[in-house]
Amino acid sequence: MRVEDLLIESARRAPNKVALITETRQLTYDDLDRESDRLAAALHRRGVSRGDRVVLFLDNCWEAVVAIYATLKAGAVFSPINPSTKVEKLAFVLRNCRPTAIVTLGRLLPVAHEAMRSAPSVKVVVATGAGGRDDGVLDLADAILSDAEPVARPAGIELDLAMIIYTSGSTGVPKGVVMTHQNIVAAATSITTYLESTPDDIVLNVLPISFDYGLYQVLMALKVGATLVLEKSFAYPQAVLNVAEKYKVTGFPLVPTMAALLLQMKNLKPGALPSLRYLTNTAAALPPAHILRLQELFPHAKLFSMYGLTECKRCTWLPPAELGRRTSSVGIPIPGTEAWIVDDDGNRVGPGVVGELVIRGPHVMKGYWENPEATDKVLKPGPFPWEKVLYTGDLFKMDERGFLYFVARKDDIIKSRGEKVSPKEIETVLHMLPGVREAVVIGVPDPVLGMAVKAIVSLEPGAALGSRDVLRHCSQHLEDFMVPKSVEFRQELAKSDNGKIDRRSIAAEFTEAAE
Amino acid sequence: MPSLSPEIVQSVRVFIAENFLFREDRDAIGDHESLIEANIIDSTGVLELVAFLEQEFGINVDDGEIVPENLDSIAAISGYVARKRAQEAA
Repeated sequence: MRVEDLLIESARRAPNKVALITETRQLTYDDLDRESDRLAAALHRRGVSRGDRVVLFLDNCWEAVVAIYATLKAGAVFSPINPSTKVEKLAFVLRNCRPTAIVTLGRLLPVAHEAMRSAPSVKVVVATGAGGRDDGVLDLADAILSDAEPVARPAGIELDLAMIIYTSGSTGVPKGVVMTHQNIVAAATSITTYLESTPDDIVLNVLPISFDYGLYQVLMALKVGATLVLEKSFAYPQAVLNVAEKYKVTGFPLVPTMAALLLQMKNLKPGALPSLRYLTNTAAALPPAHILRLQELFPHAKLFSMYGLTECKRCTWLPPAELGRRTSSVGIPIPGTEAWIVDDDGNRVGPGVVGELVIRGPHVMKGYWENPEATDKVLKPGPFPWEKVLYTGDLFKMDERGFLYFVARKDDIIKSRGEKVSPKEIETVLHMLPGVREAVVIGVPDPVLGMAVKAIVSLEPGAALGSRDVLRHCSQHLEDFMVPKSVEFRQELAKSDNGKIDRRSIAAEFTEAAE
Repeated sequence: MPSLSPEIVQSVRVFIAENFLFREDRDAIGDHESLIEANIIDSTGVLELVAFLEQEFGINVDDGEIVPENLDSIAAISGYVARKRAQEAA
């Protein structure tokens, strides 16, 4: 089964059912199926062929959902990119995966065009609200309203590449996680199994679809034939709750920052959203106090604590019945997969011993796009000679019953607002600012963000930079969630014995201060 | 559309410029431009904005009023603040 077949099947079963609700439009399954057929045909006619990449530089809009399935129906591979991505990083992605086409928003066209100057592979540009232009940009609405016959779908099998999703790496260079159709269908099937998803579900997604947790809300809802309510952000929790109430949503995926914002709302009373069947949390652990308060607010909803990484989508889930007994556990491997913990020599360890978590299953990625060196560091030989297993880089321990507990990351990646932030990537940007001599970026505990990104900088003699100058520079070069929340200036940054900046000891100052 | 209070618009503009607006074309932000769509403000930014409005203009912002219709542009904020002040003075 290929990913687009899941939509086609759902559309065949219930063509007139509402599949997608956004602020501007409601689409039935039939609408989505036909419009993605037409956009696929438009892409195909302009030269997008089997195996080509299509970058989706879009926010949470209905066009993004159409574009995902259109890309797959054209036999191509989609790569969703966060709409706050700046020119340099987008240009890196375009040079890295060499897409034939890019689909974007009218307002993001200047960024896309600037990035394309160093990326000659892009031949086709599709944008929303681009009607009446004469520069070759195809208007997305025109493409899907055309009467042209859909083209025959190119032959493709489930082992084909479906998606490249970029993730921050500890080296500061983004890596493209490569997923086949089979990988995605396996992950979506496993997750909808334990969530007991049904066609009656109405799932509210505010997480960016450039982030796999948000993206899978789309893929899973359309797989089971449910309804997805797609919102652009959680900046206004009250507005999102109004939407949740209006559509009687049954499923609401959260990250800890959203939970913290919900719990700050004074007018949210127990028993709100009576139709809510489940809440999910991943990306980072919820503080136990927040778990208890969420249960009080939504007594009828099951709360699923989960853990995963982009490289296999999801690793573990905690059955809600266990939440009272094992509040801090992220549970057991998702259905159809295995997980175990190893020591530094790769030997399995028993209960209570801390080691690296290893994942085995049909959801494990095929590697990082054209990066065998990075791939070999995380995909290692498994139990069979033809199989690779995923070394997560996360330290875990297990209890006597096999429930897993997250301990720490092995690298310096910061989790802020549920997104992975690479300190190296931000430090590289800081060093581009004239006047900055040394810079280190750490995460400091924050009640809402989980970790807040903090930059500590020393300046060249005579340099006169204030924190606003540093932040402005960062926001011109980094996605929103990577821009530091605070900047501190020091004469000198602490060094370790080998003369390198001692990130760990600097970070420890703040962790200890918070405890 | 009622005319906007220049005093409120100016003070909101300064707050946004100093706290969120790191882009170069800060003067170019339109009175009616969506702060969210322009990537100027995020969820924690909204809470900072609310705290500023309460302090600066002596109003009480209810949770239920923290919605885009009241806060997602300089014009919306200015109108909202003027309405609140009138209400609370009454």
